[in-house]
Amino acid sequence: MIETNETVLPVIGLEIHVELATATKMFCRCRNHFGDPPNTNVCPVCIGMPGVLPVMNARAIEYAMKVGLALDCSVSGFTKWDRKGYYYPDLPKNYQISQYDLPLSANGHLDVPLADGSTKTIRVLRAHLEEDAGKNVHDNPAHTGVDLNRAGVPLLEIVSQPDMNSVEEVMTYARAMQRLVRWLGVSEANMQMGHMRFEPNINLHVTSGPETYKTPICEVKNLNSFRALERTVAYEIDRQYAQWKQDPQGYSIDKLAKENRGYDDAKGQTVFQRAKEEAHDYRYFPDPDLVPVVVDDAWCRRVAESIGELPLARRGRYMSAYGLTFKDADALTQDAPTGDLLDAAVTAGADARRCVNLLLGRGAAVANERGCAIAEIGLSATQLTELAKMLDAGQVNATAAGKVFDLMLKTDQAPGRIAEAEGLLAVTDTDQLAAWVDQAIAANPQAVEDVKAGGKKQKRAFGFLMGQIMQASGGSAPPAEVQKLLRDRLG
Amino acid sequence: MDEILSLSALELRDKIAAREISAVEATQGYLDAIEKTEPQVGAFTQVLAERAQERAGEVDKRLAAGHDAGPLAGVPMAVKDNLATPFGRTTCSSKMLAEFRAPYCATAVEKLEAAGAVILGKTNMDEFAMGSSTETSHHAPTRNPWDTARVPGGSSGGSAAAVAARLCAAALGSDTGGSIRQPAALCGVVGFKPTYGRVSRFGLVAFGSSLDQIGPMTRDVSDCALLTNVISGHDPKDSTSVPAEPPDCLAEIDQPIENLRIGLPAEFFSDALDDEINASIRQAVEVYRSAGARIVEVSLPHSRVDRDADGKLSSYAVACYYIVAMAEASSNLARYDGVHYGHRTAEKTSDIVELYSRSRAEGFGEEVKRRIMLGTYTLSAGYYDAYYNKAMKVRRLIKNDFDAAFESCDVLLCPTTPTTAFALGEKTDDPLTMYMADIYTISVNLAGLPGISIPAGLSKAGLPIGMQIVGPALSESAVLRVARSYEAAGGASRLMPQLLKG
Repeated sequence: MIETNETVLPVIGLEIHVELATATKMFCRCRNHFGDPPNTNVCPVCIGMPGVLPVMNARAIEYAMKVGLALDCSVSGFTKWDRKGYYYPDLPKNYQISQYDLPLSANGHLDVPLADGSTKTIRVLRAHLEEDAGKNVHDNPAHTGVDLNRAGVPLLEIVSQPDMNSVEEVMTYARAMQRLVRWLGVSEANMQMGHMRFEPNINLHVTSGPETYKTPICEVKNLNSFRALERTVAYEIDRQYAQWKQDPQGYSIDKLAKENRGYDDAKGQTVFQRAKEEAHDYRYFPDPDLVPVVVDDAWCRRVAESIGELPLARRGRYMSAYGLTFKDADALTQDAPTGDLLDAAVTAGADARRCVNLLLGRGAAVANERGCAIAEIGLSATQLTELAKMLDAGQVNATAAGKVFDLMLKTDQAPGRIAEAEGLLAVTDTDQLAAWVDQAIAANPQAVEDVKAGGKKQKRAFGFLMGQIMQASGGSAPPAEVQKLLRDRLG
Repeated sequence: MDEILSLSALELRDKIAAREISAVEATQGYLDAIEKTEPQVGAFTQVLAERAQERAGEVDKRLAAGHDAGPLAGVPMAVKDNLATPFGRTTCSSKMLAEFRAPYCATAVEKLEAAGAVILGKTNMDEFAMGSSTETSHHAPTRNPWDTARVPGGSSGGSAAAVAARLCAAALGSDTGGSIRQPAALCGVVGFKPTYGRVSRFGLVAFGSSLDQIGPMTRDVSDCALLTNVISGHDPKDSTSVPAEPPDCLAEIDQPIENLRIGLPAEFFSDALDDEINASIRQAVEVYRSAGARIVEVSLPHSRVDRDADGKLSSYAVACYYIVAMAEASSNLARYDGVHYGHRTAEKTSDIVELYSRSRAEGFGEEVKRRIMLGTYTLSAGYYDAYYNKAMKVRRLIKNDFDAAFESCDVLLCPTTPTTAFALGEKTDDPLTMYMADIYTISVNLAGLPGISIPAGLSKAGLPIGMQIVGPALSESAVLRVARSYEAAGGASRLMPQLLKG
């Protein structure tokens, strides 16, 4: 639909709200937990009763610092809390404690890999902490309920620069952010539980002939799934182009104010909410109930040291040090514990390639069945190390290793013991191997003939005999040995 | 008069501890006094007689068992009705919170009770502590025991009147711009606002959070020191509370003040000052001089008080204060919307905004509405820099003035109020004039300093005059010592109001 004499450059910035997985809320000691019965994780502080005072949760600051440092932001040594005023039933005090002009972290970036192999740097303008609001519940036609379990949960708002130019870039950035916060252990980033919410702002730079037109910026509020984000951005690009097409001069950033839109999931469309002139005046001012937060160098260093290797750095290392493909290295760096398992096994002397095959073979299959991370299937680094070493030493073949792998997840016994108990150890007794080979030759004269005759049937017949021998051994014969013996016998 | 009522809190405590008077007797003595005199004063929003007697009984039991019942064992007290208590209601003298029952206790009240005090009831105040006369109370106005046609001052007018009229041995008030010191001056009692952060604000229903401070109101300075000891200290529930360990103010109270430097801020002794009040303070200056103190003149340029040709007072400090306090108030009071907290309109409303508007229109009084509107205005986009931000800068200048003054003196001596108690209704139609009632106290809140008002004699009309002593941050002990020195030298103390003389 875009005409050939036009180029359309979407310009997209993204606000990502991440709920931090602290044990307790931002300004009180209530449990921070999703899914409990309404209004059970509440106290006078988080429901804003008259006369009570907030007390900051230092752990939330540390979590937010971790994200800031991982995004290469400068973390402010001095930050404060501000009140953002607006009236809404899910906001008990009718103001939200947030950070206005002195965010904890600012001016960082996240480098995201694109499908074409290039890397795109998305600049992060700021990442500030605030308390989440509660939730209005509309499950009763007679009235609206208010659940304040979520009120006061620490929320990190990460605001990017408008550096993304396609749906792919937005989605890659959003997923990379999800991976990062999980990696850092600061959020479960579970979309179903509302741990992550997106607010993209989008406009188009349309170049037509010598002219470049800019469409008005639209911000779409409160998207709570990757699917909604993807559809929203794609929809907005099309919608804005179509609207521009109708009125190239009028539909312009210079003539129309920024507008807020909402996403209608059923229709897969965005709908107009309000123009900026109708926007809230939040009347920010410093919260006098809280003292400023001073982050000294020692604290900052301590948090920085706790971060360790970040996912993209680890992925690079796996490719260069272990010789993995991008795909394999990427799969192993979706979360930190899976890679930790691999690294521990390699450090203990296991072959990296064999470990990777185990993790991405049976490991990934089981994880996929269970819908969890590979590190969560119940495999220990010691088990992984031993099994890889057994494969190396030819003590088990690949088939047997697969069986041992599955059994390890159930029993947490050492793989050697399992293989022995289940008769899966490779048979190294040459007489026994020879007996199985001879048996197969005797029982299958036609195949033997085909092999000896050579030609196009030879390969298949050899494979058939191999299969017969392996079957007779119950999978315990080492294939390389069997192959050698069979070849010797058939000349 | 009854012996119980005539004793100071400290004396009464000692007699109760010595088991010469029982806590139950002491409490009953005050409950009887309330029954007799309260109808003429209106100091209380609620009297919680039954609970008070139970608590007094427990104190007696502990004493009978030989236990230490605490430094306030059996002392009957009253607390301002903006201090949350898990007993009775916490109304802030507002229709908004007429039925509010807090499930928690203000730390300061908790400390009083832990020290053995018996809480007789909650005292009347200007609605949400906004006012200087206790006339904005949703209940009835409180009357000054020195002349019931006059106001007791405010906003802690109920506490001041209750202490003056012997309706309690001592009380707690709160002070945002003078709300302890001004009514103390007008009722002839001692009122102390400690350093901001010295006393936990947890449980104090907020008016201007960066200014609010809880403090004692007592009949003499020693009682004030005793109560300061009890309620001070860091509170993990208030992160703005000072971590430093508070001193024992009572132990240090009678130390001599020889060579102590007392500063007189020139700007507070301009032509704007009332002659009688000026004369009282000058006489106190001579008392201090004879006690060996050195008197120095200092300057607080940004707290200057002026009076124009029409007699109208003005001050940067008052302008600055009302911007900061109202901005904070507009946000603090946002939660009273009829949905979460506060009065909810009985009218049928078509949407949530109308529900908010009607509930707030019905629930708040005129003065509170005025302040919410002004505060909302000063924080609005486009006005923030001109008002709130500018006020914050002025606040810094005011604080700097105090810091500079304390380089050449140890404490400041100055008036508490521009006038003695004024008549009920005299200033209710003129809010700006009313705001000037705090003209000498407000800058102390802006600077977060400890300030005490003590009686400095009576005017020709027989009304109490207060004088104010202000010290550097955390100098509670020095401030109380200077106050005590004047009292000990024969200054006015335990003044008996006209009402009780009959």
